[in-house]
Amino acid sequence: MRIALFATCIVDAMYPSTARATVSILERLGHEVIFPAGQACCGQMHVNSGYFKEALPVVANHVKAFEADEYDVAVAPSGSCVASVKHQHPMVARRCGDAGLEARAAAVGGKTYELSQLLVDVLGVTDAAAQLGSYFPHRITYHPSCHGMRLLRLGDRQLDLLRSVGGIELAELPEAEQCCGFGGTFSMKNADVSSAMLADKTANICGTGADLCAGGDASCLMHIGGGLSRQSSGVTTMHFAEILASTLENPAAVTGDVRLTTGRTAR
Amino acid sequence: MSGTFLGMPSLPVFGIGNLHEHEPFPKAARRELGNTQLRANLGHATRTIRDKRLAVVSELPDWEELREAGRAIKESVMARLPELLEEFEANFTARGGTIHWARDAGEANGIVASLIRDQGADEVVKVKSMATQEIGLNEYLEEQGIAAFETDLAELIVQLDHDKPSHILVPAIHKNRSQVRDIFLREMEGVDPELTNEPARLAAAARAHLRRKFLSAKVAVSGANFALADSGTLAVVESEGNGRMCLTLPETLITVMGVEKLLPAWEDLEVFMQLLPRSSTGERMNPYTSLWTGVTPDDGPQNVHLVLLDNGRSAALADEMGRSALHCIRCSACMNVCPVYERTGGHAYGSTYPGPIGAILSPLLTGITAEENNSLPYASSLCGACYDACPVKINIPDILVHLRGEDVDSKRGKKRLPSQMDLGMKAASWALSSGKNLGLVEKALPLGRIAAGPDKKITKLPGIAAGWTQSRDIPAPPSQSFRQWWDKEHQAPAAPAASGTAAPGPKENP
Repeated sequence: MRIALFATCIVDAMYPSTARATVSILERLGHEVIFPAGQACCGQMHVNSGYFKEALPVVANHVKAFEADEYDVAVAPSGSCVASVKHQHPMVARRCGDAGLEARAAAVGGKTYELSQLLVDVLGVTDAAAQLGSYFPHRITYHPSCHGMRLLRLGDRQLDLLRSVGGIELAELPEAEQCCGFGGTFSMKNADVSSAMLADKTANICGTGADLCAGGDASCLMHIGGGLSRQSSGVTTMHFAEILASTLENPAAVTGDVRLTTGRTAR
Repeated sequence: MSGTFLGMPSLPVFGIGNLHEHEPFPKAARRELGNTQLRANLGHATRTIRDKRLAVVSELPDWEELREAGRAIKESVMARLPELLEEFEANFTARGGTIHWARDAGEANGIVASLIRDQGADEVVKVKSMATQEIGLNEYLEEQGIAAFETDLAELIVQLDHDKPSHILVPAIHKNRSQVRDIFLREMEGVDPELTNEPARLAAAARAHLRRKFLSAKVAVSGANFALADSGTLAVVESEGNGRMCLTLPETLITVMGVEKLLPAWEDLEVFMQLLPRSSTGERMNPYTSLWTGVTPDDGPQNVHLVLLDNGRSAALADEMGRSALHCIRCSACMNVCPVYERTGGHAYGSTYPGPIGAILSPLLTGITAEENNSLPYASSLCGACYDACPVKINIPDILVHLRGEDVDSKRGKKRLPSQMDLGMKAASWALSSGKNLGLVEKALPLGRIAAGPDKKITKLPGIAAGWTQSRDIPAPPSQSFRQWWDKEHQAPAAPAASGTAAPGPKENP
């Protein structure tokens, strides 16, 4: 299968190791990964902040970039960005009166999958240790991000994949389905409420005794990880793609409270 | 703006009354977050109701179908509201009731006061009602020399304490029983000075107090949960029976109801009587459901009035994206699952309608350009828990985003200087609208690494970004973006091919 990777802006710029792990997983399964060069961002920060006019060129760019190449499916390591591509892009085009873009956006959205959706529903991955060689000997907990859970209905796909990783120990996160308080610009506009939500989330995470909290959205993980770092908790966050990509020979390292990614790791 | 009356009012007519923030939400929220009693009570109460709701909802195999039916019925009501209102009016009138049409809160208050005066009364008993809170009826009546006594236990507590409800279903959720005892001792006439904080003793004191009022009042004022167009019937759904007392004992009954409460027919109650109790109190059925159809000679109230209230509802109905907010049946399920509401409580929203539904309904009723209400649509992380809990499937997150868009658009070109948010969004729109632009921006990542310093984290940012760093660090950016790495990998075909099976290697900590 020829798979177009939508890295998402935050992963591209801040967490390149998550995108590289995604490439590594898909290539291990024997698929060809392409990276449409025109891609940038899904535009949900603009949409969710009410800046529809400013969102339109971002949405139009995404549609154009993912029309430019031939591929079977597109994938992104983010529930939130995929939900935006699928649900928000046609709405933004409609609201800005561009019926042509609306139809094109719906077509791109129809071919776009969140990573665990693609792995489980399309590529038939049920046992990460056996099918991907995944090995990660750490005690972890897992936060299901809101948009993956409620807009894409991912259910336990990410969690089930993590459970099947060799050597892993999974601690259940109390009140897992409560939002971490990120919410894009909400974290700045309503910083006090956002921080109060984060404090409850990080307390629950630390209470599990896990070394790190895994999740499927780099933005939520940056938020949770930023809080854990500020509290000097010693607990970190990691995208589930990196845990799936980790093997006995090339283990993903857990590196303290704010995880540092250099983008210069082996493929 | 002219102070002179110039004839027909301009359209749309927006709502007035207790629908406004008193201060921007973030400011009110900050104060309420500091109230540890409130946080503890709310956390406990919302968690309890949340769990009860989940339990009774999961017993119904057709819950999702019921939600869909509720949504569809409400959507059809909104699509033919004028016709259904006229049908209701004809049936209600034919059975001896009198209909009054109120364009806004001021008209409704005036109608109710004059109906009370017609009976020569100077006090009324009240059934818990959101609509009369919305229009500020109690305060208006007080100005007119008419005392209004709330008879719902929690409303009574709040009223005696000269406070405001903080939850539409559990109005005194922010008070504990010792606080309630203190309020009773201070404010309740003839109360036993030895009153303890035992719930049974508190309930008995309230009961004795309320019985005196029920038996002496000539006029009752109520709201309504539903109105059935095909028969002209009104319905009130409650738990305590105090509503039933109000609805049956006084000679005159005046009901104030928003026009959106209409249902086409009796059989529609089948759907809503399954949805409402389960969603609100987490019960299979509420203890008291009262239905009345006009006047029954020599039985119950002999003067039956209904004030049909618009107060911004027509304006909300005109908003294609927002109109489904009018489907709301005031169950409060959205509040009980909302992580923002759970932490700030209802007072932070200012309006009679707090929580997720309040954050859309209040600005829809008053108009988003009402400056006092333009921070409400931002009072959400868009987690979506409210949409999942809503028994009539109001897509609250989508309407929040829609109203944010209306707010941003309404301010374009009107500000003397663009805000930091405006500038940031504009810059980001450029950076994120092509791969080339984003690639250019990513060339600056090493600068971020320098800013992060030896601790490899950014702990303090200026301006609006300071909101982030008040409780969160930002990691040092990577030395190269994914895009840069990909380009290097794929432009040099002579380079040793990657194995394609190895995982990312150990992280480097330069």
